[in-house]
Amino acid sequence: MEIGKRDPVTGKTTTGHEWNGIEELDTPVPRVVLFFLFVTILFSVVYWVLMPAWPLGVTYTKGLLGFDDRQVVASAVSDATLERAAWTDKVASMDFPAIQADEGLMRSVRETGRTLFADNCAVCHGVDAKGGPGFPDLTAKAWLWGGSPEQITQTIEFGINSGHPDTRVSQMMAFGRDGVLDRKQINDVVAYVRSLSGAEAATGDNAGRIEAGREVFAANCVACHGDTGKGNVEVGAPDLTDAKWIYGSDTQSVFNTVYGGRQGHMPHWKDRLTPIDVKVLALYVQSLDGAAK
Amino acid sequence: MIAGLTKLERQLSLAVLTVLALCGLAFAAAGRNDPIGTHGFVILLSAVGLMFVVMAGYYAPEPDKERLSRYYDDPTKVGIILAMAWAVFGLFFGVWVAALLAWPDLTFDAAWSSFGRIRPVHTTSVIFGFGGNALIATSLHVLQRTTRARLPDQFSPWFVLLGYNLFCVLAVSGYFMGLTQSKEYAEPEWYADIWLVIVWVVYFLIYIRTLARRKEPHIYVANWYYMAFILVVAILHIVNNLAVPVSFGSAKSYSLFSGVQDAMTQWWYGHNAVAFFLTAGFLGMMYYYLPKRAGRPIFSYRLSIISFWGIVFMYMWAGSHHLHYTALPQWVQTLGMTFSVVLLVPSWASAGNALATLNGAWHKVRDDATLRFMMVAAVFYGLSTFEGSFMAIRAVNSLSHYTDWTVGHVHAGALGWVAMISFGSIYALVPWMWKRERMYSSRLVEVHFWLALSGTVVYVFAMWNSGIIQGLMWRTYNESGTLAYSFIDSLVAMHPYYIARTLGGLLFLLGAMVGCYNIWMTIRQPGTSLAAEGSEVDEPALATSTALQAGE
Repeated sequence: MEIGKRDPVTGKTTTGHEWNGIEELDTPVPRVVLFFLFVTILFSVVYWVLMPAWPLGVTYTKGLLGFDDRQVVASAVSDATLERAAWTDKVASMDFPAIQADEGLMRSVRETGRTLFADNCAVCHGVDAKGGPGFPDLTAKAWLWGGSPEQITQTIEFGINSGHPDTRVSQMMAFGRDGVLDRKQINDVVAYVRSLSGAEAATGDNAGRIEAGREVFAANCVACHGDTGKGNVEVGAPDLTDAKWIYGSDTQSVFNTVYGGRQGHMPHWKDRLTPIDVKVLALYVQSLDGAAK
Repeated sequence: MIAGLTKLERQLSLAVLTVLALCGLAFAAAGRNDPIGTHGFVILLSAVGLMFVVMAGYYAPEPDKERLSRYYDDPTKVGIILAMAWAVFGLFFGVWVAALLAWPDLTFDAAWSSFGRIRPVHTTSVIFGFGGNALIATSLHVLQRTTRARLPDQFSPWFVLLGYNLFCVLAVSGYFMGLTQSKEYAEPEWYADIWLVIVWVVYFLIYIRTLARRKEPHIYVANWYYMAFILVVAILHIVNNLAVPVSFGSAKSYSLFSGVQDAMTQWWYGHNAVAFFLTAGFLGMMYYYLPKRAGRPIFSYRLSIISFWGIVFMYMWAGSHHLHYTALPQWVQTLGMTFSVVLLVPSWASAGNALATLNGAWHKVRDDATLRFMMVAAVFYGLSTFEGSFMAIRAVNSLSHYTDWTVGHVHAGALGWVAMISFGSIYALVPWMWKRERMYSSRLVEVHFWLALSGTVVYVFAMWNSGIIQGLMWRTYNESGTLAYSFIDSLVAMHPYYIARTLGGLLFLLGAMVGCYNIWMTIRQPGTSLAAEGSEVDEPALATSTALQAGE
């Protein structure tokens, strides 16, 4: 082992250590390393003096600036609330028709409503609010529980079959599975129901079934869906005469609905959203009415 | 390979495997209605399978004494192969999980393939499977060469290597079954954790026992890093995994910590896993294979000392920067942030020491993809440590936290630094270990290099873009004082970057597969008596060591 061998490339001497051919140069630590070590440590010490930094038993050094994260957040939140109060106060105090009449206010409602809807409602109803199989299209003007802002507010707050004490409750019976109707009766009533919205035209072939279905309908369905099949927003029974279908309008889908029943579910939002948020959402959802493509 | 073990070591192997098999049987019986029962069978079958291997070679003649004058490299060879196998497996799952973020339907409606399960499969396979095996394989090689001492016995390195892989298998198969402690990078449940502690203590003892018998007066810097890696990972692993199992027959356990203490313990662990597993261990690798391949002395001995102590001291404090702006008290965040800033200096000192070591060998970097792997690794080490210190600053973190920027940062380190230094080291090591003149194809090493580099760059740039866009979208307000973008808006904006990220990962995976093929063909090509490039010494220089070691 040579002590202080000179490296021909750099001209520096080695430390004299050697491990399986690996040697080390005795280069001093470059000044720049020491300089930045000094700078970063200095920065840290200054930061410690100014900011909360070191624990002292049950407390800690508070720092000369008196900066406190919790207070900063609390005041930022209250500042933001104050700023928003310019329009949220109006939303809170005014009634629905008054808000709807105020175009400037409605612009804020739509801006805010869009984000609220996308973050909370879009999971089921879709970002475009058009729903999907099992989830109602909110742009279709086919409201199960009524389309006034007040009615929508109640639906958002308490949900549908949600488990909240004040929830809206509805259920369509499983007419086939529970043996209320036999298969022929179901086929007949399916034909009749489809004919209500023109999904199935009366031809020679099925005119008889539609007629038979009318009787089945009158005996079993009118309690909720009404004599004319227009539905009932008091019990969340859909209008069967429009072309809007939640679970599908083809024969098989309607058969499945009658056979197995339906019970939709919507969570209650009263505990998650503020009253203003709910109000904004109700207005937003109602304003989608027809407006959305 | 069994023929290389002494009679006593074969008996010891059988005894240990019997105990392990009985443990497996006990778990299988006690946990028959629980996933731990399945793992009991995995342990039982592994132990019984290995018993057959030992039995098959049990009556082979006692190995000759001459072996004691050579280094013991069989575990290193197997470790290299296992590392490459885990690399392909883990990178494949990485590509899959990346694709899942772009196309969520790719779970094929199975529970085991859901994001929450295959994501830890990816991280564990690449960090512990690939990284861990590469560390074990190289550390045993470096340890012997730099101490000029043979490993103390032939049983314990196998115990460590195979035991460690059993841990990895338990971890990954557990995730598929839905087992997790829900601690990032510490997901495996209590029984796997206990097993890893046993394995790890034996690993540490190998190191101590070999160092104690070293023929070199000084301990080389690579060994300091490997030692720091082994020691600190043991401490981190034990503390963070302190938990009470529901019962002996249940895989479920409850952590000793809760709330913000749990979060702090987890990120003290998590960040130091980055520091001591993914940094210190691989720095050990770099300090041996880079100067060896370059044929250059280390630029500065003193620089390696201050960067070693700087890194091991500063990193310990930095974990709280993962919890900026959370329930964690602000003073803890301050300490995490300031120590992270200071940490930049020793980190860059290490990277600079590596790059300055290449002075006088830059023509080799140009011509030799293996050395270029190591050079680029040092560059990425410098880049990602700078980025890390930068992101630890609270103001920066308020933008970067929870975004893909973090993911990009981790992958700059994991792909650019950890994987590149491992591939470079493995390409240097394989011809030495299998006594080949060179790799089967240096062109394929070149291909692998460019696939790995382009994959990393595509990945990291995609995540930088995606992360910063995400961070900005999450903090943009409209005139009404409401957040302008919903979460889903930000996801839609991420989509093209997620596709780019998948592509980057795919390139990296292809590179690793090319590497596997190349290594396989190198092993298959006929051996040569020529000294491999880099003139790796195969035998301890001291012939007298035979007598010294014979009694062990």
